[in-house]
Amino acid sequence: MSRKTDTHLARALANPDFIADFDSVDWEALIGQARTSDLLGQLAERLLAAGHMEQVPAAVRFHLDAALRLAALHKASLLNELAVIGAALQDLGQSVLLLKGAAYAATGLLAGRSRIFNDIDLMVAKSVINQAEGGLFRRGWLPTHLNAYDQRYYREWMHELPPVEHRTRGTVIDLHHTIVPPTSGHVPDAARLIADARPVHVPYCPDLFRVLTPVDMVMHSACHLFFGELQKGLRDLYDQHCLLSEFAAADGFWEALLPRARQHQLEYPVLLAIHFSQRVFGTDIPDAVRDESTRRLSSRWTGRLTDHLIDASMYPLHPSSDSSWRRARRQILYARSHWLRMPLHQLLPHLAYKAFVHSDEQAG
Amino acid sequence: MASSSRISDLTDTELAARLRSPAGLRIRLGSFVAGIRSDIRPVARGISALYADFPLAGHDEFCDFPVELSGSGGIRRVIRPQAIFRFEGMQPFKPLPGEQAFAMLEWGLNWVFTNHAQHSLIIHAAVLERDGAGLIMAAPPGSGKSTLCAGLALRGWRLLSDELAMVGLDDGLLTPLPRPISLKNQSIDLVRKLSPDAVIGPIAYDTAKGTVAHMRPPRASLNEALLKVQPRWILFPKFGIDSPCEIEATGKAQTFMQLVNNSFNYPRLGTTGFEAMGRLVDACDGYTARYGSLDQIVPELESICSRSS
Repeated sequence: MSRKTDTHLARALANPDFIADFDSVDWEALIGQARTSDLLGQLAERLLAAGHMEQVPAAVRFHLDAALRLAALHKASLLNELAVIGAALQDLGQSVLLLKGAAYAATGLLAGRSRIFNDIDLMVAKSVINQAEGGLFRRGWLPTHLNAYDQRYYREWMHELPPVEHRTRGTVIDLHHTIVPPTSGHVPDAARLIADARPVHVPYCPDLFRVLTPVDMVMHSACHLFFGELQKGLRDLYDQHCLLSEFAAADGFWEALLPRARQHQLEYPVLLAIHFSQRVFGTDIPDAVRDESTRRLSSRWTGRLTDHLIDASMYPLHPSSDSSWRRARRQILYARSHWLRMPLHQLLPHLAYKAFVHSDEQAG
Repeated sequence: MASSSRISDLTDTELAARLRSPAGLRIRLGSFVAGIRSDIRPVARGISALYADFPLAGHDEFCDFPVELSGSGGIRRVIRPQAIFRFEGMQPFKPLPGEQAFAMLEWGLNWVFTNHAQHSLIIHAAVLERDGAGLIMAAPPGSGKSTLCAGLALRGWRLLSDELAMVGLDDGLLTPLPRPISLKNQSIDLVRKLSPDAVIGPIAYDTAKGTVAHMRPPRASLNEALLKVQPRWILFPKFGIDSPCEIEATGKAQTFMQLVNNSFNYPRLGTTGFEAMGRLVDACDGYTARYGSLDQIVPELESICSRSS
C-alpha cells in the first residue's frame, strides 16, 4: 500500500479531472484497483463522459476499451436472458421485479452503465415464488444447492431461494421474495415494495418486468451493501453514489428517502449509505439530509467502531491500496455480516453445521 | 526497438534483483508489458533459460499485467513448499507444489491473456506463419499440437503462439503472442532430439498434465512479434502412435463447428463472435490430419502451405 495511490480509484470516479497529471505508476494503481474492485467498466464510462479518453495513454485506453466491450456483451446477454425469463414467468399473472444490476441496466440508469454483475436478481410475491421457480426449471434452470440443509436454510430463513443456474448457458438467477433476510429482524413491507414498483420496458417482454421506485432502489442497494459481507464495498458504494446523484433531481426524492426507509425498518443502512457515499465520492447531499444522517449515526454507541471497520472495505483489495490492518478489519466485517443476518440461537447451530457436518459431506 | 536490451543482457544477480523489486521484471510480450515478481529460484532459472531473447520494457512504461509467483509462508516454506500465482494481488488458482512454479507462471500468463483479450476471438490453437500467411492448428490437449508446433518453429516457421489463436474482431488478423512452447511427457525428449537449437527449460514432474517442460521460442519470431498475420490454413491435427499420415480437406461447416468447440470466448461474443468465426473460416482452407510422426506430416504440411499460398 502507498498513501500516495491508495485512493486513486475513488478519486478518479468522483472527479475524472484527477487523472490530469498521471504517470505510469498512477495508471497502474488506478487500473489495478478498478480490476480488483470490478469497476473497470464504470471507470471507462466516467472518463468517456468527461471527455478525457483522449488524455489516456494508448496502452491504458486498450484496457478501458476492453472493459467497455465486455460490458456491452454483458448487456446484450442480459436482454437475451430476460426474454427467456419473461417467457418462463409469463403465466404467473403477476409482475416480476428486477433488482440491483439487472434493474439498473434495464432502466438505463447511470449505475447500470458498463456495470458487470454475475447473477440476475428477481423478486416476486412470496405466494407465487414456488410457481416462479417451477417456471424457471421448465426453461432449463436447475437448482445449485442440492443438499437438504442448504435448501432449508434458504427456504426457511433467507429472503431468496437457493440460486438456480442454467444448464447450458450457466446464467445464475436469485429469486427473492423480499429484500433482507427475515431472520435479520428487519421486516420491510414486501407487498408494498411490489405494489409501488414501476414498469420497465424490456424487449419481447411487454408488461412483465418492474423495478423498485427510486427511493426503494436506494434502500435495497444500501441493505445489500451494509448488511452484506462488504467484499465489493467500493463497487456497491459507487452504485449508491450513482443512484443518489441521478435521483437527486427527481421531485420529492430527498424528502421521502429517510421517512420511507424508517417505515420499512431500514433506516440504518440508508444513513450509512448517505454518509459513506458523501465521504468517499463527495456525493452532493442536501445539508438537511446530511446533518440528520450524521446526527442519527453518531447517536449509536457503536457508531465510531462501525465507521472505522466499514472504512476498510472501501479500499480496493489491490497491492496499491491494501494493508494487513485493512484486511483484518474486512475479516471482522465478514463476521459482522453473519451476526446481522440472524440471531445467535440460529447463527451458532448454522455455523457449527457449516464447519463440521457440511465439510464432511463435501469430503465424502 | 532494435537496440533495446533483452533479458539475456542481465546477469543472474540483476535478473533476481528485478524479480524481487516492487515493480517486477518488466518484459515485453507481444504488444503488452508484463511485470513479473518472484522470489522463487526456479522461476528465475526458467525465465533466464526461456525468455533470454525477450525485450525488456522501460520502467516508465505502463505495465499491462502485473503477476507474482511467491512461495507460501510459515512451515510450508520448509516442508512441501508451494507456489502461489497472483494477478493484481488476486489469487485465481489454488497453490501448486513449489517445483511447478515456472510452469504455473506460464499457465497463469495464459489465463491472464485469455481473460483480457476482449478485442479477439480466442481459439485454443497453435499459430505459425510462413510467407506472410497464417496456419492455425486447433485441437484439444493431447493431440500433439504443441509438438508439431515446436517442430515447425524449429524448421523456420514464425511462431505466433503455441496456445492461443487471437483473431481480431475488427480486422480478422492474427495477433502474435510468441512465448515458450509447452511440451509434455515424451514430446520433451522428442523435441530435444529434433535440433541442437532447441533450448528446453526446467522440467516439472507430476503436474496435472504429466511431466511438463517448455521450449525457448525462436529469436526471429520475437523480432516480428508486432506483425499481425492474415490467417490462411486451419488444421485439426490428431497424433496416434504408428498412425499412417492422412490429410484430408474439411468442409467449411465442420471447420466452423470444430473451431467453436476449441474456442474460449465464442459463446460470450454473441453475434460478433459468429461473424468473426465466419470470416475466419471463409478466409481459410480447412484440413484434418492423422499422423504417427513429425517426419511424415511436416513435409506434407509444407507442401500444402506452399502450393496454395
